[in-house]
Amino acid sequence: MHGLLRRPGSWLFVAGCLPLLRLILLGVWGGLGADPVEFVAHSTGTWALIGLLLTLAVTPLRRLTGRSGLVRHRRMLGLFAFFYACLHALTYFWLDQSFDPRAIARDILERPFITAGFTAFVLLVPLAATSTRAAMRRLGRRWQLLHRLIYPAAVLGVLHFLWLVKKDLTEPLVYAGVLGLLLVVRLRWTQRLLARVREE
Amino acid sequence: MPPRHSPDILPSEITPPDIYRERRRFMQGIGALALAAGFGATAEAAPARLTGVRADPQAPDEARTPYRDITTYNNFYEFGSGKDDPAARADSLRTRPWTVAVEGAVNRPRVWDIDALLRLAPLEERVYRLRCVEGWSMVIPWVGFSLAELIRRAEPTGDAKYLEFVSLHDPAQMPGQRRRVLDWPYVEGLRMDEAMHPLTLLAVGLYGEVLPNQNGAPIRLVVPWKYGFKSAKSLVRIRFVEKPPRTAWMAAAPDEYGFYSNVNPQVAHPRWSQAKERRIGELFRRDTLMFNGYADAVAGLYRGMDLKRYF
Ligand code: HEM
Repeated sequence: MHGLLRRPGSWLFVAGCLPLLRLILLGVWGGLGADPVEFVAHSTGTWALIGLLLTLAVTPLRRLTGRSGLVRHRRMLGLFAFFYACLHALTYFWLDQSFDPRAIARDILERPFITAGFTAFVLLVPLAATSTRAAMRRLGRRWQLLHRLIYPAAVLGVLHFLWLVKKDLTEPLVYAGVLGLLLVVRLRWTQRLLARVREE
Repeated sequence: MPPRHSPDILPSEITPPDIYRERRRFMQGIGALALAAGFGATAEAAPARLTGVRADPQAPDEARTPYRDITTYNNFYEFGSGKDDPAARADSLRTRPWTVAVEGAVNRPRVWDIDALLRLAPLEERVYRLRCVEGWSMVIPWVGFSLAELIRRAEPTGDAKYLEFVSLHDPAQMPGQRRRVLDWPYVEGLRMDEAMHPLTLLAVGLYGEVLPNQNGAPIRLVVPWKYGFKSAKSLVRIRFVEKPPRTAWMAAAPDEYGFYSNVNPQVAHPRWSQAKERRIGELFRRDTLMFNGYADAVAGLYRGMDLKRYF
């Protein structure tokens, strides 16, 4: 047990469970507010998006700090993002739509914010399914190619948020800004610029 | 007399405000230990009881939404766009002194002092369903009187075809107005016959008590067959006009919010199918009713109108 808690990965696992633990405790406590379903949908959606952004932050952080060990945590971050996306989707399919396939299909086709969220979710499925070491080995170079799907998934996740807000765009814009930053630092041009700044 | 509550929830199971506050004080004691961040406990004085309120003979046979939910889950962008913002921040609203200007195409314009308005007509309880455009609903025991009472005293002229309702605009009291989330002040409107309809209410109370700030104190409109945003809160002006007023939500998104905004399960909002709703307190969604279940009383107002076009 002692050895386990000294490993950073274990702490990350505990941290990743906290949002779920909070929801459970609030549920038991009666603290989910007047509309618990909305509370859970918002909370799990937010954590799915935060999880994706954290996953995308690993590579830039590694470059910035020179700590190549960070990449070991990327998989767990990505899987937590997927886990919360699953809870989020389940909340919608079950509590919002009572698993009614026709209503769900109509929603996906007719409402752009649902289309975006659903597509983001679909894109995440193969990533989670190929997150094992074995899959990595089996797919070789194609693994990296496949896992670039995280970019459109994150962009769609942010669009999903932007399109569902009634009027006050502040919160989704914050996520859009963070995602934009994480994407811009990946551009070759930015990297060259950063390298030059570092040399000087 | 019909039973006032649905059979699965006994009247005794519904928490009246005084007991709710009692419990809340108890919970606040525990609250010190609460794990939950963001559930800050605020002390609150009990709002005054309104006296001489006539009971609602037509109260629907449905469980009333608990006082706590009605007063902590609000869309009132003047205090922020989060549902819990109004309960947390509406303390800054001062409801005395307060006046409501009744003006425009009327023979007897008047600036009403709120306390005079409260004595304008006998107070009645009206238990109404409230359906939010976002797809949730409540059953709320308002206290107030028909808007028609006020309109009659103003003696509208022949030019008065519509009414414009204007809410308070004061960023010092309403912190949400420091940002231009909407084009302040909040403006709503009704056609004359809608405004004169006996169901259309000027509400000054809730659960037999003075209306809490977060619910639109000291006086607000309640139009139960329309989406909630039509029922403008914290009114300072009622103007009789010839043309349909440009409402705050129409100005914000004309293709999403129409002037009428009648509850209609057949006409979807671009973001929400309006076919179903979640009644606060229930887990699964239920069917939304035409005109929010008030079709018998109000469908006549719209006879011959294409409700898809006039949404
Ligand atoms: C099957 C796929 C999905 C469906 C059907 C779906 C549906 C929804 C619904 C109905 C809401 C609440 C809207 C409201 O009532 O205001 C919501 C909110 C949200 N969703 Fe999704 N979603 C899906 C996938 C995703 C994914 C993959 C992400 C993250 C990448 C995500 C992130 C969010 C966020 C951030 C919110 C807003 C939370 C807030 O308002 O605080 N969703 N989603």
